[in-house]
Amino acid sequence: MKKILVYLEQQKESLKRTSLEVITAARTIASNGNIPIVGVIINGNPNAIKVAGEYGLAKIINAKHTLLEKTSIMGFSNVAYQVAKSEDADVVIFAGNAAGMEIAPRVAVKMEAGYICDCVGLEFSDGNIVASKPVYAGKSMITAKIDSENKVFSLRPNVFTSSKSDTVVNCEINDFSPELTDKDFKDIVINVMKNEGKLDVLEADVIVSGGRGIKGPENYHLIETLANTLGGAVGASRAVVDAGWRPHAEQVGQTGKTVSPSLYIACGISGAVQHLAGMSTSKTIVAINKDKDAPIFKVTDYGIVGDLFDVLPKLNEKIKSILN
Amino acid sequence: MNILVCISRVPDTASRILVGSDGKNIDTQGIKFVVNPYDEFAIEEGLRLREKNGGTVTAIVVGTEASKDVLRTALAMGVDKAVLVKGKEPDDSFYVAKNLAEYAKGISPDLILLGRQSVDYDSRQMASALGELLGLPSISVVSKLTIENGKATAEKDIEGGKEVVEASLPCLISCQKGLNDPRYPKLPDIMKAKSKPIEEIVPIETQNKVTILGMSMPSKKRVGKILGAEDSDIDELVKLLHEEAKVI
Ligand SMILES: Cc1cc2nc3c(=O)[nH]c(=O)nc-3n(C[C@H](O)[C@H](O)[C@H](O)COP(=O)(O)OP(=O)(O)OC[C@H]3O[C@@H](n4cnc5c(N)ncnc54)[C@H](O)[C@@H]3O)c2cc1C
Ligand SMILES: Nc1ncnc2c1ncn2[C@@H]1O[C@H](COP(=O)(O)O)[C@@H](O)[C@H]1O
Repeated sequence: MKKILVYLEQQKESLKRTSLEVITAARTIASNGNIPIVGVIINGNPNAIKVAGEYGLAKIINAKHTLLEKTSIMGFSNVAYQVAKSEDADVVIFAGNAAGMEIAPRVAVKMEAGYICDCVGLEFSDGNIVASKPVYAGKSMITAKIDSENKVFSLRPNVFTSSKSDTVVNCEINDFSPELTDKDFKDIVINVMKNEGKLDVLEADVIVSGGRGIKGPENYHLIETLANTLGGAVGASRAVVDAGWRPHAEQVGQTGKTVSPSLYIACGISGAVQHLAGMSTSKTIVAINKDKDAPIFKVTDYGIVGDLFDVLPKLNEKIKSILN
Repeated sequence: MNILVCISRVPDTASRILVGSDGKNIDTQGIKFVVNPYDEFAIEEGLRLREKNGGTVTAIVVGTEASKDVLRTALAMGVDKAVLVKGKEPDDSFYVAKNLAEYAKGISPDLILLGRQSVDYDSRQMASALGELLGLPSISVVSKLTIENGKATAEKDIEGGKEVVEASLPCLISCQKGLNDPRYPKLPDIMKAKSKPIEEIVPIETQNKVTILGMSMPSKKRVGKILGAEDSDIDELVKLLHEEAKVI
């Protein structure tokens, strides 16, 4: 292993949390072999770059080009590749968010690298990186290694913790002008539709989800109230989405979103394998269900066997008082 | 319009997954294999575009003799042509991508449709990897698609919302739930599909880029504390979340 390149994304004046996770993960594998880590960012702003220094990154390549005003998977992939090449990095790590999941495989092909996606563990052992990743919708887990010289990984968001480095380094910034033409921009984002004012399950640290046990959309305020109290997002089982009670954007599970919050509270959800597929790597799982034999209790840390219509308002009040 | 649909053959999602005797793969005993659920959206989208614009829909699988069953499902749903790249059990994404790319180069499709992910290894990379091999744009996790004037306009899921992406044809689309409602093949079509030809192709061998070292059942230990619903239980839960799990 020669050098690790981490792909960074900024959010407002800082780096995305997922980028901080990637830097921290890179630090753990690099420290065993004293391998340098470099970051690449597109149109990076000074504040974001300062944050990278706090997380122990000593060098950032800031890619700038007029074409990079547009968002394009092909374009961004080409930039990451050119930086990897010019830095002579043989390991590239991405956050496994929507953009990372599209860019990483392209960079891997360009580098003739093997690629392991959606990693939940990365370890340096016997001179190689061993990755673990959920397969079969989280029903099982594999460990794998990449045999090619170049290696690309993406990390499942929220699974790796991020921590500042003990020693704050002064991050050196090198501007880089990639060679790009219109041909690199065959795909372009023409519009972004944000779920205004609503926290998305993919970004939330706490998710409160409702299942068929909620009985109807008119009762969903119980879920929303608790989510609000906790500063979290509202999720749903497929049964609830199929019934038209909630939008598909909120569906957690195999055909919905895969989430990994610190706290997942499942209310009136039975715990079908397809639902578990989307949330089983959450750090702490709580279930509220009136059926003590519901399969969800097999994967929960803390369970309440009871009627959610009783439990939720009380739970909300008690959490509120502890938060104050 | 010339459309290529890539399909993979996976265990039915309700299957109980157990680690096989080699410790690296699943035990396939008693498992029912089906068309990857996301690929049903891809097949359906291909058929609808053909119904609207004319042309042909070709379904392709990189797999083994056993993969013919999913091609028959695709034929029963209405694809015009079925192709099997018949070799080893595909155990490396690069091998699959390379062979799909090779076939695609031969027929130069206007559109290549795939599933968002194959629900076995959940790699979520094929559209991008294949796109890169072909030098074509790809849009992943698409829940709405319009093809017009040589351009694809697609909505894809991102954190906190959706993005609308425009790509020039030819391009690749990976399909997400919500794009359409896949049709169920009718019995006469299922019968007819049984005797339809399946073109067989010899694969290009590649060196595996990823090696699986081991497979295990998820190991995350859960506290597993189950309480009642009395006020005292709810107090206890809040205390545990606050002091033990430290999540609130
Ligand atoms: C290919 C495929 C993909 C799928 N993808 C997904 C997916 O992405 N996400 C997903 O969620 N599902 C998915 N499913 C569906 C999944 O199999 C289940 O059908 C679904 O998760 C059930 O939703 P539920 O738990 O809300 O409903 P149910 O299974 O009906 O469970 C309702 C629960 O509520 C409890 N309850 C009822 N009343 C109360 C009350 N007053 N208080 C407390 N508890 C109460 C009941 O005891 C029960 O356990 C998929 C299925 C297939 C075949
Ligand atoms: N062996 C295969 N043969 C044909 N298409 C495949 C194969 N494996 C994956 N695909 C396609 O690629 C998509 C994404 O798969 P993956 O990237 O492996 O998760 C699937 O939904 C299929 O459309």
